[in-house]
Amino acid sequence: MTRKQRRLILIGSSLGVLAVAVALVLSAMRSSIVFFQSPSDVAEHQLAPGTRIRVGGLVKPGSVERGDDLRIQFAVTDGKHDIPVRYQGIVPDLFREGQGVVAEGKLESGTLVADTVLAKHDERYMPKEVVDALKKSGRWQEGAAGAPK
Amino acid sequence: MIPELGHYALVLALALGLVQSIAPVIGARRNDAALMALANSTALMQFAFVALSFAALVTCYVTSDFSVATVFENSHSRMPLVYKITSVWGNHEGSMLLWVLILSVFGAGVAAFGRNLPATLKALVLAVQSWIACAFYLFILLTSNPFLRLPNAPFEGRDLNPILQDPGLAIHPPLLYLGYVGFSIAFSFAVAALIEGRIDAAWARWVRPWTLAAWMFLTLGIAMGSYWAYYTLGWGGFWFWDPVENASLMPWLAGTALLHSAVVMEKRNALKIWTILLAILTFSLSLVGTFLVRSGVLTSVHSFANDPRRGIFILAILVLFIGGGLTLFAWRASALKQGGLFAPISREGALVFNNLFLTTACLTVLVGTLYPLALESLTGEKITVGGPFFNLTFGPLFIALMSVVPFGPLLAWKRGDLLAAAQRLMAAFGGGVLAVALAYAIEGGQSLLAPFGVGLAVYVMIGALVDLAERTGLFRLPLAAVRARALGLPRSAWGTAVAHFGIALSMLGIICAGTWGTELIVAVKPSQTVSLSGYDLTFDGLMQRRGPNYSSEVANFTVRKGGALIGVMQPSKRNFATRAMTTNEAALMMRGAGQLYLSLGDTKEDGTTAIRLYYKPMVMLIWFGAVVMMLGGALSLSDRRLRIGAPRPAAKPALQPAE
Repeated sequence: MTRKQRRLILIGSSLGVLAVAVALVLSAMRSSIVFFQSPSDVAEHQLAPGTRIRVGGLVKPGSVERGDDLRIQFAVTDGKHDIPVRYQGIVPDLFREGQGVVAEGKLESGTLVADTVLAKHDERYMPKEVVDALKKSGRWQEGAAGAPK
Repeated sequence: MIPELGHYALVLALALGLVQSIAPVIGARRNDAALMALANSTALMQFAFVALSFAALVTCYVTSDFSVATVFENSHSRMPLVYKITSVWGNHEGSMLLWVLILSVFGAGVAAFGRNLPATLKALVLAVQSWIACAFYLFILLTSNPFLRLPNAPFEGRDLNPILQDPGLAIHPPLLYLGYVGFSIAFSFAVAALIEGRIDAAWARWVRPWTLAAWMFLTLGIAMGSYWAYYTLGWGGFWFWDPVENASLMPWLAGTALLHSAVVMEKRNALKIWTILLAILTFSLSLVGTFLVRSGVLTSVHSFANDPRRGIFILAILVLFIGGGLTLFAWRASALKQGGLFAPISREGALVFNNLFLTTACLTVLVGTLYPLALESLTGEKITVGGPFFNLTFGPLFIALMSVVPFGPLLAWKRGDLLAAAQRLMAAFGGGVLAVALAYAIEGGQSLLAPFGVGLAVYVMIGALVDLAERTGLFRLPLAAVRARALGLPRSAWGTAVAHFGIALSMLGIICAGTWGTELIVAVKPSQTVSLSGYDLTFDGLMQRRGPNYSSEVANFTVRKGGALIGVMQPSKRNFATRAMTTNEAALMMRGAGQLYLSLGDTKEDGTTAIRLYYKPMVMLIWFGAVVMMLGGALSLSDRRLRIGAPRPAAKPALQPAE
């Protein structure tokens, strides 16, 4: 084998592996990426039932209902629109009414059936997605309590 | 007084760094030995001054000097001493000071231990190292001064973020930085070689120990971080494909590729240009990691500050070094002489395969990490790229890589015999198939993928043992001869086998804990018993305890298996008043290589407490495997060949001048 042939094999196999990787990335992008939506986005766009989304906002005061077997229901609000969320499991320690929250799950007839609920880590930190959702709906006050440093 | 001393020492280090950035380069140009030798003393002095600066900051924390802004923000007089010290790097400013401290340690290391390096190469390496150091000194002094004083000193500090008050996280950042920053040496060597326009096998021999050391620290640092996340975040996950985790995984993947390609370069004088490029890319990915974590682009536990000036400054450093390094590469790489030839089926070929898959896997991680950021800044759309994406992209590439790992060491250099290697691996194939069948039978036929993964891991493990057996002549030669050959075997050969065994162990742990782990999320009343995977846990009740700077609520659970008492588990919740924060302390119980994992949720008035209970079989293998990998690296590092270094070019005129 000449140097040229060997180099061709090397380049050919590199391109082959790269092509496989690109194919994997593209197919994974289609099936496993989750879009973030604010409650207003969900209200405005007609999303197909069963779509996987992440919703961020504040836990609407007075909306939290706890049931048996760690079932919990609450509404996420950005001040303009609300979206009801159903979840079964343990909510984070800092899950409180009026506090920032991000829920991920599937949309079923207007309700988010969540499999993950995230809250902020500490009193100074607010999920960035929540801040953006609130800013978009005009409910964000710079420098207000709970503003991230 | 002490903070000012620390600040002043850092300014002096910068001054020395500027001298070291310029003088040795001029010395190398003019072949002036005195100017080149200057770099040795400045590198050692830089280390001394940065160490002094760091010691000053540590003193401020230990004495709780709240007139210093970072101490006030991140410390508390009632914190235990060890956390007072670790909170030095539990914030942006202090962690950057740690970064330059480690950078200067490595620079001083090259100056002190690089006695047999050619004078010009050493001078250039130290100069490039100093360019990096100066960029970061300026970054600290201009945007993140840890010694800034407050006009009115408060009486009490605001405490360190409670999730950082943990032994695991105390040593995770220094280990990670030793890894990240260690790769700067490979970068400096690569840039120096490009400036000189010549490179040879000896170059690879000089770079390898530094890269190996950095890789070992990074391996341990990642494992440490993963174990910390596992026991502290309370839901038993060990890897979340979080951008911050990916930021440490990418340099690891590139660094692993670099270690392997440097072997080819050292032994066969081939793959030179590629090795240089990898050395530049590995450190570039370390810088990208620093940028992602430190600039506030990402929101996580790690992003301490959102000052946009810092982000832009780090971005500028990033562009300067990555852009500069790659430009220099594009300009000078063609001047490097092409190396030896090899057939596709050969040890070199196998190592090329390793590099191809590691770098491609690294690329998919990079895409998955940066794509959401790029999409958000371009279209404003926010997406999450999580576990499923990486399982579908990184997973297959890694499986392909693992299936070839045992072949590499069994193939000969230059031209290998695939069939002969396959024949020698019969035991590994057999063991793998047996493991698949066994795993399939035990799990009761739930899935085929996981038993296949177990089989693959077992095959790689036996493959590593076969490699050692072949080299020592075990089963073929009399025992005395085997012993002699085992003792005569280079440590790096042992290191290879041990490291390959380690990665397979980690893989086995990930598959077993991920597939056959069980979980139970319930609310329990006092004296109620719950069962999971044959373990019965009785909730005895809650009690209150006080820690130095927190109060905690401890739950007591009695654990029985088949009626026999095997222990008590005490998960707790700690409430830190200063920051109004709660942390979750999971209780862990070792069961062989597996663990029972119990963490607490909310408690109602009647004492009903929500719990998360997991049984994770083989989970400890994940981190144990990483430690084994690191030991493999240590064995390889102790190889005599690397310790005494390469012969001087004068004694052996092997250096190839530029064409």
